[in-house]
Amino acid sequence: MHNDTKGATRRDMLLAGVAGLGAALIKIEPAAATPDSMKQAIHQIVGEAPVRKGKVTIDVPTLVENGNTVALAISVDSPMTKDDYVKTIHVFNEKNPLPNVISAHLGPRAGRAKISTRFRLADTQTIVAVAELSDGSFWSASADVIVTLAACLESLD
Amino acid sequence: MARPLINVPQKATRGQVIEIKTLISHIMETGFRHDNVGQRIPRNIITTFVARYNGEEIFRADLFPAIAANPFLTFSTVATESGTIDFEWTGDNGFHETGSAKITVE
Repeated sequence: MHNDTKGATRRDMLLAGVAGLGAALIKIEPAAATPDSMKQAIHQIVGEAPVRKGKVTIDVPTLVENGNTVALAISVDSPMTKDDYVKTIHVFNEKNPLPNVISAHLGPRAGRAKISTRFRLADTQTIVAVAELSDGSFWSASADVIVTLAACLESLD
Repeated sequence: MARPLINVPQKATRGQVIEIKTLISHIMETGFRHDNVGQRIPRNIITTFVARYNGEEIFRADLFPAIAANPFLTFSTVATESGTIDFEWTGDNGFHETGSAKITVE
């Protein structure tokens, strides 16, 4: 129909105009979180402090069929004593609309530095967990997850 | 409506690390979705979860829209004394729900 040699009718032009307007509107929507915005979100939490790799373990499936509920467990290697414990565990993602997933605040009373939850994934991406220890040091780990059915994109009935 | 499910062991020995599981019914609407007429659906999520052991805070979590519907959370604590563990969820549109579990420590 669009290849009609009779040229564009007024209706076609109007439709194209509306479509163009739609595209312009979509561009104004907030962009999805990017690796950059994830870095920014991490920077907001750790500041200039160095983030070292290690101590943190992310338990998440490598291949996810449905991004609407993904099991996630984070554990940190720590004795969890009064002088040496995990203060906070932050989880970030690269490609959801927002870079944050959860911030869990623990204390020496936790006994074990392990949390688990279920979260959403909008795309195949890398998950980063950052743990803040009681001595002020930051440790991190990352995990790659492949998502076949993304969250957030389904239409509502 | 949003009756929470809480799993705390009824009995524990002093000093034992116990695992606590909670699940609450909530839509966790992200605020990034649109309905069938293109209208943005406003955000409606649980933003904070707090657990208190005999009144003292033992765990707190800030939740973001990336948390799946019906937020499920597990964490652990040291069984120090018999008493009550209270749980509190707060969120958008004045959402507030509480729950509690008793524990006997020997």
